[in-house]
Amino acid sequence: MRGKTLIVLCGLAAALLARNLYVMLLELPDEAAQGPIFRIIFFHVPAAWTAFLAFLGAAGASLLYLLRKDLRYDAFAVALTEVGLAFAAANLATGMIWGRIIWGIWWTWDPRLTSMLVCWVLYAGYLTLRHAVEEPGQRARVAAVVSILACVDVPIVFFSIRWWRTQHPQPVVWGGGSMDPAYWNMLFLNWIPLLLLGAVLTALRMRQESWQREIEGLRRRAHAL
Amino acid sequence: MDPRNFTYMFYGFLAAWLILAAYVAALAGRERRLQRRLDSLKRLLEDKEKGAR
Repeated sequence: MRGKTLIVLCGLAAALLARNLYVMLLELPDEAAQGPIFRIIFFHVPAAWTAFLAFLGAAGASLLYLLRKDLRYDAFAVALTEVGLAFAAANLATGMIWGRIIWGIWWTWDPRLTSMLVCWVLYAGYLTLRHAVEEPGQRARVAAVVSILACVDVPIVFFSIRWWRTQHPQPVVWGGGSMDPAYWNMLFLNWIPLLLLGAVLTALRMRQESWQREIEGLRRRAHAL
Repeated sequence: MDPRNFTYMFYGFLAAWLILAAYVAALAGRERRLQRRLDSLKRLLEDKEKGAR
């Protein structure tokens, strides 16, 4: 993506976010049972969706790398994974803060929370593994396999609240939970700036991967001279 | 209702954006580092090529 496109997307995300913050803080009423803390859901859930989308995209890009051996797919996979990991961290942190007030505890080894933490650790492991392998082709191949395997945890996190008895609230999307339409709209409206931000960060991270490849190429040339 | 309810809502918002801001800062730092490394390698290659001629 070009620099100007990235700036426009960033501006759009900031404008949407400012508008959403205004609506969620000043126009939307407090949730009857939970009070103001309920509004954390407008960041908590879209952050998880963005992370899941990034992880699934990374698995797709990894599969394409294994099929076509094109390092651009590997760059796309690592960029998506890193961005997804940041959003997953935001999801875990907001969930813990919400849990402290609603459940009275920061953390519990509940299937949803545990599977999400496992997901985060798996993808952090993917990034650590990339640092351990020097040769770019081998690094991309090993990382692609790990990314595809780690992706198995994404549906486990998503369906964990249906498959097991859990303390986590029931799903509001495609499940038994329900929500006021105004809250529902805000949930999706606040996903848009997060998606835009995710796209910008992924593009920036991909550009860094191409620079890294250029650096490796220049180093080889410098050694050869 | 817990009296810390409202304060913790802000902590939640803050935590989400601090994490993303930290990632953006790390990304910006890496961008500068890579740019510097790329420039210095290009200069090194130019010098080596001039020396070889």
